[in-house]
Amino acid sequence: MAEVAYEPVIGLEIHVQLKTATKMFCGCALSFGEEPNTRTCPVCLGLPGTLPVVNEQAVRYGLEIGLALGCELAPRSIFHRKNYFYPDLPKGYQVSQYDIPLARDGRLGDVRIHRVHLEEDAAKLVHAGASGRIHSAEASDVDFNRGGTPLVEIVSEPDLRDAASAAEWLRLLRATLRRLGVSDVNMEEGSLRCDANVSLRPAGSEQLGVKTELKNMNSFRFIERGIDAEIARQEGILRGGGRIEQETLHYDVRSGAISSLRSKEEAHDYRYFPEPDLVPIVPTAEMVERARAAIPELPADRAARFAGELGLAEGQARLLAFRTEVGDFYEAALAAGAGAVEAPALANWTCNDLLAALGEGADPAGSKVTPAALAGLVGMVSAKEISNSAAREVLAKLVADGGDPAAIVAAAGLGRADEGELAAVVERAMADQADAVEKVRAGNAKAIGAIVGAVMRETKGRADGGEVQRLIRERL
Amino acid sequence: MSAAADAFAAVFGPRSGDPSRAVEHTAAELVAAVGAGTLSPAEIWSEYATLAAGDELNAYLWRAAEDPGADAAAPLAGVPLAVKDLFCTEGVPSAAASRILEGYRPPYTATVVERLAAAGAPMLGKTNMDEFAMGSSNENSAFGAVANPWDRERVPGGSSGGSAAAVAGGIAPWAIGTDTGGSIRQPAALCGIVGLKPTYGTVSRYGMIAFASSLDQAGPLTRDVTDAALLLRHMVGGDACDSTSTGHPGEIELPTAERLDGVRFGVPPELTGDGVEPGVRAVFEAALARIEELGGSVTEVPLPHSGHAISAYYVLAPAEASANLARFDGVRYGRRAAADGDLLSLYEQTREEGFGPEVKRRIMLGTYALSSGYYDAYYGRAQRVRTKIAEDFAAAFDQVDLIVCPTSPTVAFKLGERTADPLAMYLSDVLTVPMSLAGIPAISIPGGLADGLPVGIQLAGPAFAENRILDAALALERAIDFRSQAAARG
Ligand SMILES: [Zn+2]
Repeated sequence: MAEVAYEPVIGLEIHVQLKTATKMFCGCALSFGEEPNTRTCPVCLGLPGTLPVVNEQAVRYGLEIGLALGCELAPRSIFHRKNYFYPDLPKGYQVSQYDIPLARDGRLGDVRIHRVHLEEDAAKLVHAGASGRIHSAEASDVDFNRGGTPLVEIVSEPDLRDAASAAEWLRLLRATLRRLGVSDVNMEEGSLRCDANVSLRPAGSEQLGVKTELKNMNSFRFIERGIDAEIARQEGILRGGGRIEQETLHYDVRSGAISSLRSKEEAHDYRYFPEPDLVPIVPTAEMVERARAAIPELPADRAARFAGELGLAEGQARLLAFRTEVGDFYEAALAAGAGAVEAPALANWTCNDLLAALGEGADPAGSKVTPAALAGLVGMVSAKEISNSAAREVLAKLVADGGDPAAIVAAAGLGRADEGELAAVVERAMADQADAVEKVRAGNAKAIGAIVGAVMRETKGRADGGEVQRLIRERL
Repeated sequence: MSAAADAFAAVFGPRSGDPSRAVEHTAAELVAAVGAGTLSPAEIWSEYATLAAGDELNAYLWRAAEDPGADAAAPLAGVPLAVKDLFCTEGVPSAAASRILEGYRPPYTATVVERLAAAGAPMLGKTNMDEFAMGSSNENSAFGAVANPWDRERVPGGSSGGSAAAVAGGIAPWAIGTDTGGSIRQPAALCGIVGLKPTYGTVSRYGMIAFASSLDQAGPLTRDVTDAALLLRHMVGGDACDSTSTGHPGEIELPTAERLDGVRFGVPPELTGDGVEPGVRAVFEAALARIEELGGSVTEVPLPHSGHAISAYYVLAPAEASANLARFDGVRYGRRAAADGDLLSLYEQTREEGFGPEVKRRIMLGTYALSSGYYDAYYGRAQRVRTKIAEDFAAAFDQVDLIVCPTSPTVAFKLGERTADPLAMYLSDVLTVPMSLAGIPAISIPGGLADGLPVGIQLAGPAFAENRILDAALALERAIDFRSQAAARG
């Protein structure tokens, strides 16, 4: 009997801290690592008698996110209270949106968006004690600086089928949010947090299996690993004839183990009801228009344009589009090249050589290399004025000291050896490497490397490897 | 005669004619006296500080130690104000009469208290109340019951019982309270004074310790209708700190009406029938006769769903309260139980020790009503009833200008009489809750006496009809001349 194949079904729930000037419901400035409890007021401390007032900027950012994700905006959305007791929740409830979210039914890439809603972040608990967890802590302190930070929750439909595409889609989402400028979207710092809903079903089945919720994985790598581990766990249970329990799970990044946070029975009854202290959000036509006008070209569209109009390879098009700052540098260089550089060649140099030289995550705009310099360099390579290897040397100098590539080439004598000069060097090298010449003639193609190497040494990298090989073969 | 009995007599008895005795004057008269130079804010303050210090009713929970030195030129001329303990006042105990907030001194002041102080009504003291405004007799205070100055064996009503008793007892010129289901109007009725619940949203709720957010509204408790108008004028206004606040579309005018010609009054049979005791009914019928004498018309208008108002109210208000009171967990302020166990026992013990029985009962009611599986049957249904009740009022106001009915089905009852029977206590609000659910304004004015105790007449109007209500109330107040009735009581 053939073994049943299982198909994973994955949906993501993403919490994004908005980069507004003030908190969701009070006038406190947002906190970026200030002394604990210095960014608080009676409202965000939940003091008796205080009332929330919705942050208009947060609503605008929420609308921009909804529009960017192709959602329908609710003509009238409301807030609810989500009730539960915890020390990081000063009012004993979180103000969030429930049955009428700000936006719903959108799409990003291949994944449908279920809903986008606004809510407030909880405060931060600091547990003194060895474990760092509340159960065995000697004491727990609450830092209310984070409490009340505006959050947008984005819930996808369960349209993802494996861990790698889940991580890839999350990258697209992050790039989109970053491009909107509404959040720092930094997973390590918690301004982007992701939970995954995972279930398995027999391949070909339309019915959804029982899902588990994997909480708060704080890097793309852990998301991928966590989902993979959960898929493996569920598959093991199903193949063993067991049943999946609906529960909330924690993925331990160190051990790779998955443990239960709470079962369905232990799930909170949040007793949601409409927040009577707030009035509905009713976006006016002007608000929607303003939000729409604020949306720049988004990464998915930019990638499509790079691939379609500029003929870039898909991977490079995505890299340039998802890393807004790199894409911007690339387009500035393309403009500076003014038709003298080819878009794909420039993309190669940007994505491969420049980023490698600058180091991971660096913003090229912050380096000594100007877009014009990169364009000039790539133009010289295309015009065969310098070799690839010489160009890399020039790039290293640009990264270190900046400057004009043509000047560097002239000063260092890196200009490409002309054909006459090169032919002479090739002939000398073939005479010196008679053994190698014999071997190549005898059919050992690899032996040509010794001759090429001798030419390159002689020309100090000013020659192009391909051309050297051509000259050697002509003379064999 | 004790000083306290003397003060009560100064409010309701014959006047001595001594213009220098502040306690004999209404607040509006005091403002005029300050304007005329016959009394100074310092003299008024000093007399009332002494009266408040001699409080025999347990009306006050805290009294100001010093004369704040009010500005005689301010609109309210320094006439001091008693403030219900539900309002947060900076640096001053604000406990909502609960053990769980005993000794809590907020770092900020409620918007309405701030506005009144700025208008020249400085705070004389904080008044007793039912814990978290949950009650109709003031017996649910953690700091003891309040006596009704008309009969100290009787309750002053609630939840703003301390504010009502202080004004009726002559130990405060005027007061503010809050009304969620009748908490201003019912104690005003039981104490023989005027109490007005404004349209929901006209007065900021910022700084009012929340009971039921969609119903809570602050308002004045005063000796007469003119004082109510004067105080309300300086309470209303939108507030950037309260997004549900709307302010009042126009200014609150000082009423002037002497007649009621052409004013159409509607009597809802549902709010004037069963359960209204005969003495109250007699005073109410006499008031209807006065209305007609003044040129007003009286017709019956139905409010068919108002019979369900109490049921809906005791789902909605506790539901909101269950969330509003979740913040009292012993973590940040107020009482913290000496729990040495885990987090859950800290919560449980703090709340067990800190809340009184009625508060616990309502938290449980509300928690149940919101629970998954019960939400639609209770909360959802109650909301639909609320909508129906608002529609009933809207339809009624197509036919009449004002609704008139008794404020309370009974006069002040004996202390302890209803404490064992929560349902009987809840029915004290049966005539005031419908207006609260509809969010509309309503006033209670003294209509006369039954068995020597005051009976309140309630006038309700459409949203923002405060001026219409105040005008009609003034004309009726003049015709009734409650003070003469009270003085004749002997
Ligand atoms: Zn704050």
